[in-house]
Amino acid sequence: MSVPVLKQAPVNANTRILGLGAYRPDVIVTNDDVCQWIDSSDEWIRQRTGIVTRHRAAADVSVIDMAEGAAREALQKAGIDASQLGAVIVSTVTHPYATPSAAASLADRIGATPAPAFDISAACAGYCYGIAQGDALVRSGAADYVLVVGAEKLSDVIDNTERTISFLLGDGAGAVVIGPSDSPGIGPSVWGSDGSKWDAIGMTHSLNEARDQALDPQGLASGVRSQGNTTHGNVTLTALSTAEAAVTEAAIWPTLRQDGQTVFRWAVWEMAKVAQQALDAAGVTADDLVAFVPHQANMRIIDEMVKKLKLPETVTVARDIAEAGNTSAASIPLATHRLLKENPALSGGLALQIGFGAGLVFGAQVVVLP
Amino acid sequence: MASNEEILAGLAEIVNEETGLATEAVELDKSFTEDLDIDSISMMTIVVNAEEKFGVRIPDEEVKNLKTVGDAVSFISNAQA
Repeated sequence: MSVPVLKQAPVNANTRILGLGAYRPDVIVTNDDVCQWIDSSDEWIRQRTGIVTRHRAAADVSVIDMAEGAAREALQKAGIDASQLGAVIVSTVTHPYATPSAAASLADRIGATPAPAFDISAACAGYCYGIAQGDALVRSGAADYVLVVGAEKLSDVIDNTERTISFLLGDGAGAVVIGPSDSPGIGPSVWGSDGSKWDAIGMTHSLNEARDQALDPQGLASGVRSQGNTTHGNVTLTALSTAEAAVTEAAIWPTLRQDGQTVFRWAVWEMAKVAQQALDAAGVTADDLVAFVPHQANMRIIDEMVKKLKLPETVTVARDIAEAGNTSAASIPLATHRLLKENPALSGGLALQIGFGAGLVFGAQVVVLP
Repeated sequence: MASNEEILAGLAEIVNEETGLATEAVELDKSFTEDLDIDSISMMTIVVNAEEKFGVRIPDEEVKNLKTVGDAVSFISNAQA
């Protein structure tokens, strides 16, 4: 029997980031604003986190609105029409619909229909996960051009009165277009997960628990929710007890919590190793970099990673967190956008980027700055 | 295997690098938080660097028990044994 020979998509040898866009919402939240909700001070917050302000979106601005703003700039900078996109990927953990995806709506809004469109749930590593996938799709020939967006409205999932994470967080979106290139522009992705630390950062409650509480507040208070917990095994968030203490008649709205010490240690210790692996995989050293763009989680983590990686002073370190706060999947493209605005000469140079967060998940790669 | 004096000296260097405190200020009876004014993030940085320097593992749940410099020296010494 003769089997017809299949035609497979021709591959692209190289890819690069062709254009970058950003959207920063216009509500500015200062440390003094935060101190209305938690017992702290501007000095304490600056010293512990390096954060001076965060941008947050108004009630009528959605994740998709912000993603669209960033996407339009990225397409324009790349000189690519949305109709040329072979995929639209949105990394987000704050699009408030389990389905349909933010990406499908975004693709429609920008005129990319019928491009494949899907969301990634990889929290603060989401942008680097998106770059890994966009790069793979273009190189494999599955797509000519891919739009990768990190977009978050974290202000929808915070409790202003809790102290582990809410005061760090901001909203925003960043986007890039990835396409074929004459020379290598995206190094190998070093990415992974460690679900054994699933409870280190996450939501206080599942949506099922919120539903049960809304339907039967008394029932929940008397223990219905603990049955709900069995649906995802024995895993419960470390900080849940604090949240439980705060439960009143009000419906439970799941919000973020983290075990700061565990996350800090993991970020500094394990992520410096991952960043080094990304350098090694790309065949370059710290001396070859013009920029380091880590996830903007906390200035102290950034400082410690710089030390661990022994980055020379010639490497410009992105410190967008001071003004933008921690914007999860949006933080790396937002920080890169600022870096290039303030230092246009860095364009064309090598940047090491690394994202890490809830999962736990991580991703890193060396890229040529657009 | 480092002696307690060597552990103290090594720890003092780590504290100095993180906080700028003089190494002589890092004495066995000093409390990290009250005497040396070290916050929780600096403490984790010191713990991570001490693990690297002394080749030991200091679990998260143990960190809260390390109230004084002497507690840390004893823990590291025992962990190395």
